[in-house]
Amino acid sequence: MALQPYASTGQRIWYYTFRVLCGLILFFLIFPIIIIIPLSFNALPYFTFTPGMLALEADAYSLEHYRDFFYNDAWQQALWNSLSIAPAATLLSVSLGTLAAIGLSSGKMPFRGVVMAILISPMIVPLIISAAGMYFFYSRIGLQGTWFGVVLAHAALGVPFVIITVTATLVGFDRSLTRAAANMGAGPVRTFFKVQMPLILPGVISGGLFAFITSFDEVVVILFLGSAGEQTLPWRMFTGLREQISPSILAVATLLVSVSVILLVTLEILRRRSERLRGMSPG
Amino acid sequence: MAEATANGDIAPDEHRSASGQLLAADGTPLKKSIRRSEARARLRAFLLVAPLLIFVLLSFIAPIADMLFRSVENEIVADTLPRTVEALDAWDPQTGPPPEPVYRAFYDDMLEATELKIHTRLGSRLNYEESGMSSLFRKTNERRLERFDLDQPLQPQFVDLDKDWGEVEPWAVIKTFAPRYTWGYFLQAADMRLTPGGVEMAPEFEQIYLKLFWRTILLSCTITLSCLLLGYPVAWLLSNLPARSANLLMILVLLPFWTSLLVRTSAWKVLLQEQGVINDILVYIGIVSDAGRLVMINNQTGTIIAMTHILLPFMVLPLYSVMKTIPPSYLRAAKSLGATDWTAFWRVYFPQSVPGIGAGAILVFILAIGYYITPELVGGTDGTFISNRIAFHISTSLNWGLAAALGSLLLILVLGLYWLYDRIVGIDNVKLG
Amino acid sequence: MSLKLKMMMAGAGIAGAAVAGAAYAADELPACEGCADSMTVVSWGGAYQNSQQKAYSEPYAEMTGVEFVWDESSNEAVAKLRAMAEAGNITWDLVDVVASDAMRLCDEGLAEEIDFDSALAEAPDGTVATEDFGEMIVSDCFVPQIAYSTTFGYRTDVAEWNGETPDDICDVFDLEAFPGKRALEKRPINNMEWALLCSGVAKEDIYDTLETEEGQAQAFAKLDEIKDSVVWWSAGAETPQLLADGEIVMGSTYNGRLFALIEEQKQPVAMMWDAQVYDLDGWIVPAGLPEDRKARVMHFLKFATDTQRLADQAKYISYGPARQSSAPLVGQHAELGIDMAPHMPTNPENATNTFLYNYEWWADYRDDLDAKFQAWLLR
Repeated sequence: MALQPYASTGQRIWYYTFRVLCGLILFFLIFPIIIIIPLSFNALPYFTFTPGMLALEADAYSLEHYRDFFYNDAWQQALWNSLSIAPAATLLSVSLGTLAAIGLSSGKMPFRGVVMAILISPMIVPLIISAAGMYFFYSRIGLQGTWFGVVLAHAALGVPFVIITVTATLVGFDRSLTRAAANMGAGPVRTFFKVQMPLILPGVISGGLFAFITSFDEVVVILFLGSAGEQTLPWRMFTGLREQISPSILAVATLLVSVSVILLVTLEILRRRSERLRGMSPG
Repeated sequence: MAEATANGDIAPDEHRSASGQLLAADGTPLKKSIRRSEARARLRAFLLVAPLLIFVLLSFIAPIADMLFRSVENEIVADTLPRTVEALDAWDPQTGPPPEPVYRAFYDDMLEATELKIHTRLGSRLNYEESGMSSLFRKTNERRLERFDLDQPLQPQFVDLDKDWGEVEPWAVIKTFAPRYTWGYFLQAADMRLTPGGVEMAPEFEQIYLKLFWRTILLSCTITLSCLLLGYPVAWLLSNLPARSANLLMILVLLPFWTSLLVRTSAWKVLLQEQGVINDILVYIGIVSDAGRLVMINNQTGTIIAMTHILLPFMVLPLYSVMKTIPPSYLRAAKSLGATDWTAFWRVYFPQSVPGIGAGAILVFILAIGYYITPELVGGTDGTFISNRIAFHISTSLNWGLAAALGSLLLILVLGLYWLYDRIVGIDNVKLG
Repeated sequence: MSLKLKMMMAGAGIAGAAVAGAAYAADELPACEGCADSMTVVSWGGAYQNSQQKAYSEPYAEMTGVEFVWDESSNEAVAKLRAMAEAGNITWDLVDVVASDAMRLCDEGLAEEIDFDSALAEAPDGTVATEDFGEMIVSDCFVPQIAYSTTFGYRTDVAEWNGETPDDICDVFDLEAFPGKRALEKRPINNMEWALLCSGVAKEDIYDTLETEEGQAQAFAKLDEIKDSVVWWSAGAETPQLLADGEIVMGSTYNGRLFALIEEQKQPVAMMWDAQVYDLDGWIVPAGLPEDRKARVMHFLKFATDTQRLADQAKYISYGPARQSSAPLVGQHAELGIDMAPHMPTNPENATNTFLYNYEWWADYRDDLDAKFQAWLLR
């Protein structure tokens, strides 16, 4: 990619134009996320830059919208609901998903293709269809509008991510390690926890992170399946956005961006660790 | 397991093992021993997968199946008016209003239905097919029915209650929708309708679903295309930069990917509004006048811009993983053999990146076609998708049968694409992050 | 209905002073035997729910110690109640809905029928509930609370209008005299009626005309004239927001929302009351509640819909109480201290030209016209 010393003028121009173009596209990707951060500190209830903000006056900025988030019962309830539903759903999909991924990767699974298609389907089927089906079906069996129903639904949506990440980790897993452990007299449970688990742990955790963020960000299914008692952060943001943009939504958005940054960093660390453990070069 | 035991019972096997066949350490024939351990491994694999499989079948597949069922289910007519349905069986709408026995049967059915207060529910159901059925059934209430003189013919008394009962239409609608299962909802979802005379197209000015499906597909294509146009150069850059700077730039792709969908949608609302950031900047620079602010939200433009942004990482990531595997030496070789930059790219590099394009494009298209949240918030009226209509029928119009039928059609479309994706990329090769 | 509303409100104008005390003193509230001690009430959230809490549930909780759980789901009440009924698990005790939704819930058998005279309190002068509510009772399942209207607000600082202000419903359709964007609700109800009114159909012939294909075409043709300048809203808060931001110059919404925008937030916006459409909002009790919860709901309902309580609600929001006997008790806004009567949709000055929304007709034609309306939007 580097510019050769013998490049012609045309090539030089193209080289720099291309870089500028890519820069603009990357700017397009990141700009909307960056822009909401200063706006969330707006002292006035508007969502555009006030003259005071542009002049960098201190009193044009305030923490009022953050205060609103932290002291408003409805937002706090929503935060609490999100924090109780997402981990429960993650736990369910990770525990079942990891076992299944091990089974699927053994190469001995009958009807592997069909089973895989079924397990991946929650990721492929459009959310509105999943939501509609779950709404109808969970209504029939009395799970609509319950905490448990929402957890089940979110766990199902998280399953494909766990399956995909854990099977991907298992592709690089050296099977002779489990055989060696068995040889030395370890039972299957012990082998799993002492040998296999530590090695695939990065995959399990990153699958778990995906499952967590799926539930934590999910808004379509919860809109249909939840009742007021299960109102989550995305739900409140959605109803808030549909009615009017109050800057407290931008404050919540900024907090969520920080959460995603933390998740992103965690994932990157895990990826490097996993590659080191599996003896691959750290990209 | 069962297979292994069955094999163990077959005598010739053991016999042949004695005649020079390989034996395992414990003395059983090796072939059998392997088969037994294979069966055990298969069972073990299945037992590991089973809990999740059962979970997904119950919590996800069953609801989808239920939705498919609801799109054809139509038991309410036959359940509420069993005698009437039977009596109407022999009646031909061409011959005018039904004969007296039908009115008798209807009277008995309605007397029971009004007592249970389920007659109005049937009215709401039939009102989806013919306007006016709702109030017709509501009017035909217990109080009015009890005043009927059963010794006199019932038809005039029904006509007296509402003249529509003397017409052909309401009876024809009941007869048409009497079966317990109907294609009626699917026909509606395809802008057709079931009439006593058979299936016919809805009038031109009432057709909406085919147009909506078409618009959904068209907008999804536009979004996929713009994702490709923006994603291809970025993926190329990322895969050709040294690892350190590539990783740094990758964060710019991954951060949006990990950021809440609602955060990104609200960001676009902030940016695109008439009094929003972009318009403010344009007015400040002087490109547009204050009165001539651009309308970029609550229309198709808003949907396309916001969804392109939201789905772009899903294009860049598969493209990147494919481009990473294309050795840069190929391009250099092409050039040293005399190809121009463009020929080298177009004839050598591009064909090798096609699998990435296929993977990314289908992934983006599948995701786009089922979107609900973003079009709802920034789509206005002409930037909404079929999903928005499904949601409307679930929560506002309560026509759940039609919602289920529309959902089923969308599902078929997506599963077709999924199958294609599996053929091109293989579902095992989906990578995340 | 409009005549009675006018009469009620004429009374409201002179009622600055608090006339009567509470209908019940704390010890007079009859005991509730075998009643549940908590209830889930569903409403619309925002200022409206707030007015209900202040006027109904807070005094009631103080007297009885009952715990209230509020659910802001009135928007999806019909769909959710149907889902609950399918599951046989009703978690709501009392639901606030508009009249048309109440009729639908009643039609679907999802709402309990109510015997008004025995279940609801009499007026202070002994008038039975059915007479006190009068024509407000539009469904056997629906206990009305307030009358509100859907009407227009416009910005008072539009330079292009040369000092003119819209005072006629047809000004909404007049892009030459009143250029700029308008906000209309994204559904056929109200819009079709206004369009016909402004294409020369007499008020009393509107629904007969709208029943015919030609009449519908006529309404759509009228709407076509302004289609390119319309922003379609689906939540009641959108129009006030759009007006405040200057994204539109006029728009329809509920009168209470405009009251808040004009009087509380002091925005440069004014009301246009011409051809305002009256509607009702009130309570329904879900069908099939267990005995103890039902007893509690009925006990609360009797309290919350008595003459004084309905009048109290008008202190917090500019909607007219549904009982005739409440009208003389309506006073001033609890915080702003301004007379509420001039802001009521039923105030004689505001109600010179009103429109009655035909529930029965829309229950029949909603599905059909909605499909046609959507198809029209797509064109």
